[in-house]
Amino acid sequence: MSILVGKETRLLVQGFTGSQATLHSEQSIEYGTNIVGGVTPGKGGQKHLDIPVFNSVHEAVEEVEPNASIIFVPAQFCKDSILEAADAGIKLIICITEGVPTLDMLIVKKKIDELGVTLIGPNCPGIITPGEAKLGIMPGSIHMKGSVGIISRSGTLTYEAVKQTSDLGLGQSTCIGIGGDPIPGTSFIDVLKMLEADDQTKAIVMVGEIGGTAEEEAAEYIKDNVSKPVISYIAGQTAPAGKRMGHAGAIIAGGKGTAADKIKKLEECGVHIAENLLQIGTKTKEVLG
Amino acid sequence: MNLHEYQGKELFAKFGLPVSRNAVITSPDDILSACKDIGGDKWVVKAQAHAGGRGKAGGVKLVDTPEEAKEFAKHWLGNRLVTYQTDSNGQLVSSILVEECTDIAKELYLSAVIDRGTQRIVFIGSSEGGVNIEEVAEKTPEKIIYEPIDPLTGPMGFQARKISKVLGLDNEQTKQFSKMLSQLTKLFISYDLSLLEINPLVITQRGKLHCLDAKINIDSNAIYRQPEIQAMHDPSQEDPREAEAAKSDLSYVSLDGNIGCMVNGAGLAMGTMDTIKYFGGSPANFLDVGGTATQERVSKAFKLILADPEVKVVLVNIFGGIVRCDLIAEGILAAIEEVGVSIPVVVRLEGNNADIGSDILAKSDAAIESLNNLEEASKKAVELSK
Repeated sequence: MSILVGKETRLLVQGFTGSQATLHSEQSIEYGTNIVGGVTPGKGGQKHLDIPVFNSVHEAVEEVEPNASIIFVPAQFCKDSILEAADAGIKLIICITEGVPTLDMLIVKKKIDELGVTLIGPNCPGIITPGEAKLGIMPGSIHMKGSVGIISRSGTLTYEAVKQTSDLGLGQSTCIGIGGDPIPGTSFIDVLKMLEADDQTKAIVMVGEIGGTAEEEAAEYIKDNVSKPVISYIAGQTAPAGKRMGHAGAIIAGGKGTAADKIKKLEECGVHIAENLLQIGTKTKEVLG
Repeated sequence: MNLHEYQGKELFAKFGLPVSRNAVITSPDDILSACKDIGGDKWVVKAQAHAGGRGKAGGVKLVDTPEEAKEFAKHWLGNRLVTYQTDSNGQLVSSILVEECTDIAKELYLSAVIDRGTQRIVFIGSSEGGVNIEEVAEKTPEKIIYEPIDPLTGPMGFQARKISKVLGLDNEQTKQFSKMLSQLTKLFISYDLSLLEINPLVITQRGKLHCLDAKINIDSNAIYRQPEIQAMHDPSQEDPREAEAAKSDLSYVSLDGNIGCMVNGAGLAMGTMDTIKYFGGSPANFLDVGGTATQERVSKAFKLILADPEVKVVLVNIFGGIVRCDLIAEGILAAIEEVGVSIPVVVRLEGNNADIGSDILAKSDAAIESLNNLEEASKKAVELSK
């Protein structure tokens, strides 16, 4: 087993004919992902990458029955695209785009929670179940089917964790980048809950970074609800206060959200800490014995 | 993006929120007539710079004569204001806000932020104003109220009454506050704010609520749809290299060390800085070349890093997901040729087309250390920085 995505996933690509969507769709197809359709308003009826293009998600749902959607549209249209997919009944939506206004996400989050939709992202690399399906922009080749579930706020840091666990022969069950924005569709806790319930997952790697209190909240949750070992690395130990470090959510504000605070809390709650990003793999192997 | 206090107050005034009669001047000669136009016999002069703690640093003064105001303006205009919130260079004072003097009976605190926990706009109010709110939160948490606003309903009357109670307002003031809360929420949403702070919000001797300060931050992701805010942008308040980086859509933050970093992805960029520190080195910057790094952007990133005279070595760490490593390799070579790099460059490529990228670097004549292991690459960079 794995979580959220697998061989049964029938993927729709929103913003399908754009250059980024095209590049990553090609790679996903090569990885074995079943892309059943794409949406680009105004281009319905065409074929792109030999896959049918629709004018709307609703039309695509009627014709090709996707059960997940990935969004590559520009940031100013993401609110509309996410809500369109949700309205059409899709229950798993992945938004890759970076730069979505926070107030747009505030509305989107309320709406998708109402509708019982899982949104991953925005500003994220997506989700992959190695050997089954890749819904995102991660390099497929570094992944290996295995026992470690990975959750991360950062794209490229996820790849580091993946590569290290692959190199050590542990492999991954499912890897999810929840994204670096202040209001993510899916939280650490949402994913922890799923990985705890997943048989294939033997250990969980949680990669956090400065800003906000998501790691602290996850730590509390882990203490009471997660029996599997959790290994965590927090990026930004050398980041200055008050500066946004790339991601909209990565900022130490009013002395809150430092790496030191997060590490302390995680340790208190029984989480294994990888002091440095180079130790994520070895620490996981050590914990798994 | 941040606004100056005077810009914040312009927005306040536009939304009918009570602010003092004021004028903004950029030349000391204009301040005499500004004082006359405002009227009264006392004025408050405030240095305009993106920094908290201006009062303690001497950037705010109560003056009794227009001449005194002029002296203040002469002293501060073109000067840099150093406060406990700025670095040692401080922030340039490019204008002075002159205001009529307000008779204060009591100082309160009010702010609104987008709270990540509740995923709502949350108003924070306190009966303790004019002081550091973090300290109040720590020492006397009972004096603070946090009130989240439901996006469906907006702020309701009962919420205004709840906050008013903690602020210690009387009936008339509570009515006034109810309108303020509604207008502040409208302002917050209309301009895509991420923070709005009035510290202090005061009760005047005549019993009215009055906004004595205005601190506003805008969500950078939403600037594209805020033309009015774009026009308020003051580049003099930014680190010149950070501003230059922003023009090329690169995320750059200056740091104190001597190892220049070019990394794709914000998380990995922070992780790379941490790794440099871990091996005993010191990063000169945070730089995320981003997801769609073109050759031009990589060249630009190189120029930014090399513009820092402290930099002794550059560590390039790319894990190709979106970015193809062969593009990065070509960008590095193009930049080295274009800029004429005379310091060592250590490159670590991994992921999408990493082999092709490494090949391109290996076959070039440039003096590049190409290592596909981050530990070795970091150690090498640290060694070369000593």
